[in-house]
Amino acid sequence: MPAIELSKAPQPSKTNPAQIRNFCIIAHIDHGKSTLADRMLGITEVVELRNMRAQYLDRMDIERERGITIKSQAVRLPWRSGIDGQEYILNMIDTPGHVDFTYEVSRSLAACEGAVLLVDCAQGIEAQTLANLYLAMENNLTIIPVLNKIDLPAAQPEKFAEELAKLIGCQPEDVLRVSGKTGEGVVELLDQIVKQIPAPVGDPDAPARALIFDSVYDTYRGVVTYVRVVDGHLSTRDQIQMFSTGVRHEMLEVGVISPEPVVSKGLGVGEVGYVITGVKDVRQSRVGDTITTYHNPTTVALSGYKDPKPMVFSGLFPLDGADYPILREALDKLQLNDAALVFEPESSAALGFGFRCGFLGLLHMEIVRERLEREAGLSLISTAPSVVYRVVRDDAKEMIVTNPSEFPDGKIAQVFEPIVRATVLAPSEFIGTIMELCQERRGTLLGMDYLSEDRVEIRYTLPLAEIVFDFFDQLKSRTKGYASLDYEPVGEAEGDLVKVDIMLQGEKVDAFSQIVHKDKAYAYGVMMTSKLRELIPRQQFEVPIQAAIGSRIIARESIRAIRKDVLAKCYGGDISRKRKLLEKQKEGKKRMKMVGRVEVPQEAFIAALTTDTDGDKSKEKK
Amino acid sequence: MAAVISQPLSFYIHIPYCIKRCGYCDFNTYTPGELKAGSDIAEVSEGYIDLLIREVEMARAQSPESGAVPTIFFGGGTPTLMDPADLGRIITRIDELFGLADNCEITIEANPDTVSREKLAALRKTGINRISFGMQSAVPHVLQVLDRTHNPENVFKATTWAREVGFDEVSIDLIYGSPGESVEDWRTTVNAALALPITHISAYALIVESGTKLARQVKAGEVIIPDDDQTADKYLIADEAFARAGMNWYELSNWAKDGSACRHNMAYWVGANWWGLGPGAHSHIDGKRWWNVKHPTNYRSLMLSNELPIDGSEILSDSEKESERVMLQIRLPDGIARASISPEQNAIAHSYVGDGSLSQEAWDSGRIALTQKGRLVADRIVREILL
Repeated sequence: MPAIELSKAPQPSKTNPAQIRNFCIIAHIDHGKSTLADRMLGITEVVELRNMRAQYLDRMDIERERGITIKSQAVRLPWRSGIDGQEYILNMIDTPGHVDFTYEVSRSLAACEGAVLLVDCAQGIEAQTLANLYLAMENNLTIIPVLNKIDLPAAQPEKFAEELAKLIGCQPEDVLRVSGKTGEGVVELLDQIVKQIPAPVGDPDAPARALIFDSVYDTYRGVVTYVRVVDGHLSTRDQIQMFSTGVRHEMLEVGVISPEPVVSKGLGVGEVGYVITGVKDVRQSRVGDTITTYHNPTTVALSGYKDPKPMVFSGLFPLDGADYPILREALDKLQLNDAALVFEPESSAALGFGFRCGFLGLLHMEIVRERLEREAGLSLISTAPSVVYRVVRDDAKEMIVTNPSEFPDGKIAQVFEPIVRATVLAPSEFIGTIMELCQERRGTLLGMDYLSEDRVEIRYTLPLAEIVFDFFDQLKSRTKGYASLDYEPVGEAEGDLVKVDIMLQGEKVDAFSQIVHKDKAYAYGVMMTSKLRELIPRQQFEVPIQAAIGSRIIARESIRAIRKDVLAKCYGGDISRKRKLLEKQKEGKKRMKMVGRVEVPQEAFIAALTTDTDGDKSKEKK
Repeated sequence: MAAVISQPLSFYIHIPYCIKRCGYCDFNTYTPGELKAGSDIAEVSEGYIDLLIREVEMARAQSPESGAVPTIFFGGGTPTLMDPADLGRIITRIDELFGLADNCEITIEANPDTVSREKLAALRKTGINRISFGMQSAVPHVLQVLDRTHNPENVFKATTWAREVGFDEVSIDLIYGSPGESVEDWRTTVNAALALPITHISAYALIVESGTKLARQVKAGEVIIPDDDQTADKYLIADEAFARAGMNWYELSNWAKDGSACRHNMAYWVGANWWGLGPGAHSHIDGKRWWNVKHPTNYRSLMLSNELPIDGSEILSDSEKESERVMLQIRLPDGIARASISPEQNAIAHSYVGDGSLSQEAWDSGRIALTQKGRLVADRIVREILL
């Protein structure tokens, strides 16, 4: 058996780089990456069979439930090659699979010399996988194309082998075929990883340089930082220094994950492992930064460090205003583990006190919200997501707007909005449908290529705001779920944008303000006013609902005054019941929000802020 | 419990039987078939009157000091299914143990279809002096949707007989806002009612109670409840027609000629003391409320083992008493005294003077009293004042 007993395998800190192979797996969600990873853990015998559980590496409940990987990890797998009989150490670096986390993916890729491109041979490659593949190719990684799930009856290995071969420029017969589920082909894959992927190269005598590719907060240990050593050596005796900030930290522990943490004396060139420094907040140990030693620091950082930049903003408000401090605490706690999450207090006339939060994208937003609700037991209202606008006023003053209610009312010269380059992969029968959708969303066609006979790649530039609205839901529903989407920011463009305000009885409801393209303002106004007319119960007086651009009313509805709010009967046995109903209504009233004199039930806010398709559906989307 | 009580007890007597259950009704009542397959009223109610008499005796033991009884009310169910002589036995027993006040008001609810002139005369003979007929509507298709099958003409006969045999106080119950009832239908009913020899009308907007056949029909979309605005219009139509006929409102859903208000019902609304006899009946004595077990079988077995048949009780806190006071008394023409609520509550109430829901005149004389418009939103005003 080509597995090696751990104690006899090459030990961390003194493994010869020539024996090391660092690789990651690029795959779409549900293409079987976690199952394949599980299989590798089993075959290399780092996890005993009895300790095995599905998706061993996905630590968070949310990850396991949704079948997605949010944060990456690195596992050290000892392996004796079936080809040359030599011992090797394979470091498998798990990568997040979602477009929101492209930057993290790019850092994971930068820590590797090779990538396994894993594609479900019943579905073919998806847009996000393609994007990550291009990223890997830009990083000069060796790509090993692999078709997974060959055990499936619907598998079409010939067709998709050809597709992959065309994409990376190899022969279809070079594409490996495995089944993570049955284990077929996995041993060959491990051998090919050893054979094809180059060993890491670095200078063991140079000042230490290690790339941070992940940073995770642990309640007991503080921040655990995952690194790939490029040059030099990190050891527990060192004090380390973050290149970007110059801040010095004690090194409390160094180790590798196999797949439980194993403490080591240090990490040498090409090795992948973790360091613990007592840092309490991942923002002090950021992905992409370079770690060096304090006493012998490098002067040249590893390239590619970026501050994560939030792309999507939304207000989060506790349903119960009294939960505001709990929300603050929960956000603080999440931020320990999520350098990309930014937030600041926001107060809304309609929703009370909450936080304006910035996210990498929609999935990131959803995950944060779900974790807040799940881990802190909060019930939240979130306002419609908004992108970042740059507004230039007539007096040439500029401002950045992430909250529609802050959009200036005065004279505006120009508004710039973020633009993305979107790639859609889909069966060719949907070309028309997809183009129609992209046109509706102010898209510009960049080009189209056939990946195979009946699958196309369509490229568009689109305003990010259009994608943030409900583009993905629409794309999925109009293509029966077959299309996949990836996008990357490519800058900004001037847009003919206006803010639409919604007013109840003349009172602006800040939570409903939205920045939209001028051509869509009317439709938005009509949609919101009629929705609110259905959602808001009748009041003691007539309530006009208006949509306005500045002072110009573009849509109106009205809720007639209530005329009857009384129960006719009230006799002996009804009295207790009626009083108890009153007490219950007292509770209900606490959950009413007042907009001026208008009582708006919280359910109305939630329903009105949900995009028309269906708020819950997004939970299923991957 | 045997404490001195502040006011003499009234009695509510529950007869939990009906020949047939009406689709809108959620009262605590049972058909013979529901209680025992294949049985009839005589069989299922056998001995029931004796149980009620026994509860009268328990009431006396609990309230030995209570003075002469001001009002008695036989409700149901269908009290007229009982032999008048049996009902008389209960009245007699109450008289023996508590004494009846000189002008004691004794009411019975009656189904216009199941009374004869003779029966009414027999009822009158027991001392019952007020009768309330369930007319509901004068329009056949409305009666049908309510599961009431009586011929509207029966109501005229029944009320006329009632007057002839010596009932000076004759009332009818009406329901408006039933599925399929047009505004014209309601006018027909109101006019028909005013043509009757009556002194009192109770008119209720239909409430779709959960668990009823009607609720299921509404949910299934088989019937459609008219919208609240139309129902509000119907209230106004009734209020104006009744007033023209000399019957003024003395409670939100009750109208009477001068001196003909139902004193028993008033007892509920002013927080007086009463004892409810029979399964599911509610009682109130000086801030304590309790209610009997609902099912006749449970009631029977508890009574036979000489236990008070109580299912639950509550002692009202001061704030609960206050809620009840406002909630009940605002439904009366006099309303509540401004001085009895806080300045903040007064400020809230005042906004309803502004929109015409509370009477300016009453406000100026120190009271919070509903206008005609305000009666239709009374619950809202109560919520605002109390919350």
